[in-house]
Amino acid sequence: MDTRFPGFAEPVLDAQASFRAVLEAMSRPGRVQAVVPPPEIPSGLSPAAAAVLLTLVDSATPLRLAAGAEAEAWVRFHCGCPLVSGGAAFVLDPATALLSLDAGTEEEPERGATMILEVAALQEGAGWRLTGPGIREVHRLRVSGAPAGFVADWARNRARFPRGVDAILCAGTSIAALPRSVRIEEG
Amino acid sequence: MGILARASAAEIERHLAGLPPPPRHARLRGPETGLVMVRGRAGGDGAPFNLGEMTVTRCAVRLPDGRVGHAYVAGRDARQAELAALVDALLLDEAARPAVEAAVIAPLAAAQQARREEQARRAAATRVQFFTMTQMR
Repeated sequence: MDTRFPGFAEPVLDAQASFRAVLEAMSRPGRVQAVVPPPEIPSGLSPAAAAVLLTLVDSATPLRLAAGAEAEAWVRFHCGCPLVSGGAAFVLDPATALLSLDAGTEEEPERGATMILEVAALQEGAGWRLTGPGIREVHRLRVSGAPAGFVADWARNRARFPRGVDAILCAGTSIAALPRSVRIEEG
Repeated sequence: MGILARASAAEIERHLAGLPPPPRHARLRGPETGLVMVRGRAGGDGAPFNLGEMTVTRCAVRLPDGRVGHAYVAGRDARQAELAALVDALLLDEAARPAVEAAVIAPLAAAQQARREEQARRAAATRVQFFTMTQMR
């Protein structure tokens, strides 16, 4: 199937801006950043998730995607990535459990997968208490629409450090990241 | 597609002007220039080897009715790639296809054929016949 949807309006500049947003989000866990979304989005993806995929995924990063045929054709065309069901470097599939993903090895923890999670809304200043590297004392982030049991799963993900899975939360055109080093407590 | 890939941007533009103005297209990807590895096989069926890299410009465009055209052309001419993709998209409409073929593809093909023949003629004029003693006898 051919896609009908374009990629970034300015492929180089928009990808750089979105990469910067992802970098900022990862180094300051829980801070909400805005990405530059492509002008049109295939159904099944949020603008932020589409921008993150265009920025990070390419032929060297296998992707597990469950967002419908239209999104699949779009990703195949613009990212040229292998779409796989196991061993993916990036995962955008609401049905997968955090702990079932590839967490890397003790020797190569960087091989752990990155989970791209679509949520309803991200709001700073209330909700989860985040602590850890990149946060001075404590940062609060309210995530509406996170999967059930996410905080408990995250504690088990955190316990196997340096192995683990990183997460990028996407809502609308904003993102927030949860690197594996961050600790989450229900607030 | 081969005919469009060998035609210059100016040529395609000139022939497109003979048609009703095409609807506004949106760029899905590119035009962007990159390198592709050209592979060959010794003698046509030997082991494949990498001959070398060549510069290629590609483009994909979408017409308002959803038709998508693709083009890959040799070189760095972004305008040529975009126009070739546009003509590719126009050719997808079965009803409009004969008109586009008559206005754009046929004259381009004829011009390219004429160029090839002219070149062959000029080459043929410089042909040297080699004789050996046995043939002269």
